[in-house]
Parts: sequence; structure tokens; C-alpha cells
Amino acid sequence: MATDVIMPQMGESIFEGTITKWLKKPGEKVERDEPLFEISTDKVDAEIPSPAAGVLKEIKVSEGQTVPIQTVVGVIDGAGSAAASAPAPAKQEPPKQEARQREDEKPAPASAPTKSQAAKADASTAGTQPSAQPAPRPVAATGAAAPPQRPGTEKVRSSPLVRRLAKENNIDLTQVPGTGAGGRVSKKDILSAMESGAAGQQAPAPSYAPPAQRPATAPPPPSGGQAQTTLEVGVPRERMYFGNYSVEPMSVMRQKIAEHMVMSKRVSPHVYSIDEADVTGLVKLRSQKKEEFERTTGSKLTFMPFFIRAAVEGLRAFPTVNSSVDGTNIVFHRECNIGIAVALDWGLIVPVVKNAEEKNFLGLQRAINDLAERARAKRLKPEEVQEGTFSITNPGVFGGLMGLPVISQPNVAILGLGTIEKRPVVVDDAIAIRSMVYLTLSYDHRVVDGAIAHQFMGKVKHFLENWTESIL
Amino acid sequence: MAQVTMLEAIRQAIFEEMERDPSVVTIGEDIGVYGGAFKVTAGLLERFGWERVIDTPISETAIIGAAVGMSYQGLRPIAELQFIDFIACCFNQITNFVAKSHYRWGAPVPMVMRGPSGGGVHGGPFHSANPEMYFVHTPGLKVIYPSTAYDAKGLLKSAIRDNNPVLFFEHKFLYRRIKEDLPTDDYTVPIGKAIVRREGRDLTIVTYAAMMHTSLEAADELAKEGIEAEVVDLRTLLPLDKETILQSVKKTNKLLIVHEDTRTGGIAGEIAAVACEGAFEDLDGPILRVTAKDSPVPFSPPLEERFLPNKNDVLAAARELARY
Repeated sequence: MATDVIMPQMGESIFEGTITKWLKKPGEKVERDEPLFEISTDKVDAEIPSPAAGVLKEIKVSEGQTVPIQTVVGVIDGAGSAAASAPAPAKQEPPKQEARQREDEKPAPASAPTKSQAAKADASTAGTQPSAQPAPRPVAATGAAAPPQRPGTEKVRSSPLVRRLAKENNIDLTQVPGTGAGGRVSKKDILSAMESGAAGQQAPAPSYAPPAQRPATAPPPPSGGQAQTTLEVGVPRERMYFGNYSVEPMSVMRQKIAEHMVMSKRVSPHVYSIDEADVTGLVKLRSQKKEEFERTTGSKLTFMPFFIRAAVEGLRAFPTVNSSVDGTNIVFHRECNIGIAVALDWGLIVPVVKNAEEKNFLGLQRAINDLAERARAKRLKPEEVQEGTFSITNPGVFGGLMGLPVISQPNVAILGLGTIEKRPVVVDDAIAIRSMVYLTLSYDHRVVDGAIAHQFMGKVKHFLENWTESIL
Repeated sequence: MAQVTMLEAIRQAIFEEMERDPSVVTIGEDIGVYGGAFKVTAGLLERFGWERVIDTPISETAIIGAAVGMSYQGLRPIAELQFIDFIACCFNQITNFVAKSHYRWGAPVPMVMRGPSGGGVHGGPFHSANPEMYFVHTPGLKVIYPSTAYDAKGLLKSAIRDNNPVLFFEHKFLYRRIKEDLPTDDYTVPIGKAIVRREGRDLTIVTYAAMMHTSLEAADELAKEGIEAEVVDLRTLLPLDKETILQSVKKTNKLLIVHEDTRTGGIAGEIAAVACEGAFEDLDGPILRVTAKDSPVPFSPPLEERFLPNKNDVLAAARELARY
């Protein structure tokens, strides 16, 4: 019995995904829930487990291709028929226990070691590294594990009203672009489809298209991730290709970061404020409590929770900094959801510590550790990188004195932390050696003025320098 | 026309009905000399005398029992429960006897049971209840819960003139907080008819009593965001005006139900079922509820504020629906 493998929906607003790597080759055996391929979407990168046990019979969507969710990307032949029709794999049907054990050890299958190595070799050229740990669960519950039943309108998210209108007006819902929550086809969408009579048409092309000019001596077009990119090229392309060079396609994540950065700089007039804080007290506190903290809580004690706590104080005092801009409206967020930039070997992701204002010190530390770990293991859920209201980035961990970050939209500000180091500073007309840190704030001048930004920074600084809260 | 409070409107209804029909009498605790705990019956004793304005001992079962007897004898009693919470004392009489009398013996009971209900005034768990659903679940009764002075007067008159038992809930938070110009002539408001308080195209908010005002305030704010909410005021909970509810849902395709009663077993669940049965193919989103939490009404003012649904709760739910 053949099972279709589909592109899962990784989050409500996601409508397409790019296959970055197949972890199995056609003809290879795969266990149910064993990682089968890796995908990259607007929100997260993830390994997708196999919906069934059997033999990967066919790959319909190759690496680098971007397809809508629910598209059949491959076919798995069920274990029974595989045994009958495909004698190729030498050792089929390993005992269940053995298979389980292997799954726990590594994501690549062990039944065909040479092939698996070949797959690994392929992977190095595909831009995305396989994650160190297996991810046997789908990141979002939707679709992946359940074999798809029928294509067509039943897979389109809509509502009873929309389905009735579609039936009455003979409209193919798969052709109606959905703008409701989670890409749902809403009443508004189907009414406009009925009005335009354009039910068969595609969604309108993005209004911001890349320049079409191509030099005559066109270099190999960017291959790989074909996610719609809106990145423009700053100078004529022929001026980039000279001397000795090699060209590599950006990973989808890289493209998304690039797009987001360009968009943020275009949308938000950035202003920067710099301050410094004397964190000698915190450094002492940390070195005193580090071991006890780790022993009693099982969590490492880092500086980040101190800065989040201080930022939350600042955000509560100056809610404008914790807002978003919607045209001529300012959306004030009551929650302090703090995005923390996490550097990955293959890019950057900003998981969000939700409701930081409700968490105590230990809660913050745990949340940070958990998010960072899962970010590196590609096991973040889509909602964990959404709904941030403010962000913090820490170029200091790489030794940076300070950084001037780009705002992560739709926030209006981002706090940059420099490296903590001892510096000579003037204290009461004497020169003292203190542990200092540069704090930088990049903020959106549409809504945040310098006065507010500096008062915010003053609050953060004061909180850090006069830390009183218990951390255990 | 003069500006009158809901409390005064209720007093006028009782006064005018007693003037109009000598068989209308009132009975309850402290309603005579004292004029009622909230002064709803102030001045009645002076005008109509001891025989028609009857003070009782502190015994709700005595009040309801006497009222049933009076109604069998051709009177039309209006029984006041000093706080509607204590109607629970008469649960057996009302659900087993009053509600079934007409059905079982062909003996209609033309009585009104009325009293102050609802929270928001820091009355604590014994003086803030919304016990309407015990009775909405009892065939044979009619249950009214008005939100305006005009409706309170017109519906109470209809209730007094009705030949069957009617429960009339008066939200005490609204007693003196709302004022309206009322017509001076004799008018009634029909039992069992909801009313659209505000027209809208994007979602329907079905509500009643104090939450009607909360919902209207929320609707005004939603309008600033471009979300036009239609607000349907039920006015009568039993019989439920399904037609008006369904009409509105078919127009806006989205339904939010807001009530001050607690969540589980509240009328929101019933209304959601009505919408599913009668307008499933017109729904463009989930049916959402904003209600009080499943808890006794807390004594502590901050806790009570947390317990009661408020405008922000309505806004959040409406925005959620608008996203669909």
C-alpha cells in the first residue's frame, strides 16, 4: 500500500515550504516517524518524519524546490509490498527493537550505510546541515504524520459558509487565495472571488518584484531555494563576477533573513542610542551563585535573564518601546514577549520568551536555555518565533564591544548587549576597575523619540546597577 | 417626558399596573413600610394600603407559596425576592409546582417573581448571583432579563398581564446607573422578542442585561478599528428569540455570545447550539463566548473584577473572530 508524503503546514500563516534535503534516497527503507526530509519555511527549519514505514518509492519534489503545503512530495511503498516488489535493500525488516534503537541514535538509517553516507555527502552541498539530534515528532501537528486522504477543496481551510457559497457558485476553493487566519479562505475572500469571477486565477503577484535586467553573460542563476525572493541587486551583476570566485545559493533561511533586514531598514527609520552600565555587582553575584544555581535548578546561570528582567522593567515604564506600528496606529502590547537572537551555524533565529513580565528569574533562565537548545536542534515550534514585542541581541558573546542591530519587525526597538569586560571608570573622582557593558538601542523613530529611548535605557541601566531581586 | 432610572421605571410599572388592575398585589420582605431594600416599592403602601402591599417574614418559600395561593384565587401577585439569589430556597415550588400547574391541572399561575440580580456591586457570593439558567431549563416558565429602563417597564407590564408565571431579573448594577426618557403613556414590550441594539456587518454579539452595555461600549471601540459589530439584546431568555439570533448570524456570519452568568451551562452554550442547528452553513468562524468564570461571585473587589467579563474580554474575542 503506497502512502503519499506531503509538505506539512508548519504554522498557521505558512502556505509553502522548501525541501532543503532528502534524508532518504529512492529505494531506501524508512521507519515510521524516522526523519525523511528537511524543509525550510518562512518560520522554521525542521525535519519531517516519515508518515509510514516502508520503502521510499519516489521523490516527486527534489531538493531546493518550493511547493505549497499539502503537495505530495514523495511516495512510500508500504512494508509488505516493498518486500515483495523491491528486493534491492539487502537487509529488510530489521526487528522492531533494533529499528527503535537506531532511531534514537541518529537520524540517518543504518540499514544501508553506504547510501546514508552518500546522502550525507549530498547534504554538505545543499547548504543545510543535518541536525545533530533526530526529531521524531513533527514540529507542528498538522498533516505530517497523518497520511493525506484526498486532494482538492477538502484540504482548503475555510468555513461552512465559504463551502456553501463555493458550491452554490461553482467555485474551486483551491483557487481562491485565503487571507483569513492561517491562510483560511474567509467570507471576504470568496465574496471577492465571486465578484471578480476570477475563481480560477492565481493570487496576484507580489507588487515588489526584483529588477528584471540580466547581463548578457549571465552567471548561473541562483538555484537551490526558490522561495519568492524580493531581494534586489545593488550593482550590475557583471561587476560582481570577476577573478576567481565560486557561487553558492543562499539557504532559504539566509534569504529570509536578508529580506527581513532589507524590509526592516526600509520600513523603520532607525535611530541608535548608546549607554553603558556598571554590572560589577551582577558579575559578582553570578560568580558567587553560579554553582549553587546550577546545582539546585539544573540550569546554567547566564547574564541574559538579568538583561531581560531589566528590559521588562524598562518596557513597563515606557510602553511605547513595547509596541508595533500599524499604519497610523500604534499597537501597544501588554505582554512583554522578548525575542532573543540565537546564532546558529546556518543562520540566525529569534525565538521568543513569551510573557517575560510574568516569569521570575529562574523561569526566564529556563525559558532561554530551552529555546536556545531547541533552536539549535531545529525543534522550535512556529509559534515560538512569533509574537515578539521587543528583542535583545548579544553581539557581546562574540567579543563585540557593541553592536547596532537592525530592528526585528514588527517590533519598534531592539537592545544590543556588548561584551562585559573590566574597564577603568571614574567613581567618586577616583579611577576604579569595574565590569562594564555597553548597551545599544536601535529604535524606530516613527514612534520612539530619543527622549523616550534614553529614559528607557536609563531605567534598564538603573535596574542592572541596582539589582536587588533574588535569583534563586 | 422625564429622565428615569431603571429602578424608577420598574416602580412605575408596578404602580401603574396596580392602578389599572385591582387584582395586582405585591408581596415580599420589607416592601411596605420600608419601601424595599432598593426602594423599588417606595410609596406603594401609602397609595394601595396593607391589603395589596404585603410585608412578609424572612421566608422566601412563604412568599412564593402565598403568591401561588393568591393567583389561584384570581389575584395577580408580584412577588419580590429581596435578592434573587434566595430564589433558590423556592426551587422546588417554582420548578415542580408553579411551572407545571397550568400543564398538570389546567390551573394557570399568573404571577411575577422579581428581584435584584447580578454582580459588579461587591455584594459577594450571596447577593450577586445570576441564577437565570436554573429556570431557563424549566419548561412552563418565562424568564425576562432587561437591559434598559424602557424595556424593564414595558416587559414588567407584559409579565404582570401574562397569565403564566414569569421570572423577572433586575440587574442591580443598572438600577441607578442608566437613565432614559420614558413615554408617559401606557406601553408594553412583548415577551420573547429580542432587539438589535446596534447594526453591524462583521459579527453578531448576542447578550443581555448589564453585559449589553459592556457589549455596546466594546462595539463602539471596535468600530474605530473597522470592525462593525451587531449587538442583539435578548431581553427575554425564555422563550428564546431564535429568529432574531439566526437572522443576525446569517447577516454577519460570526457569533459571539456575552453574558455575566458563569460559563458552564450558561445560555451561551444553548445559543451556540441554536446557531449550529439553524445557521451552520452561514458560519464563517467559530462561535465564541465571553462569560464570567466558573466560580461563585468573589467577595474581594479585585477578584470580582477578574471574575466578571469586561469590555476588554469582549474586544479580544471580537478581534479574534474578525481575524477569521
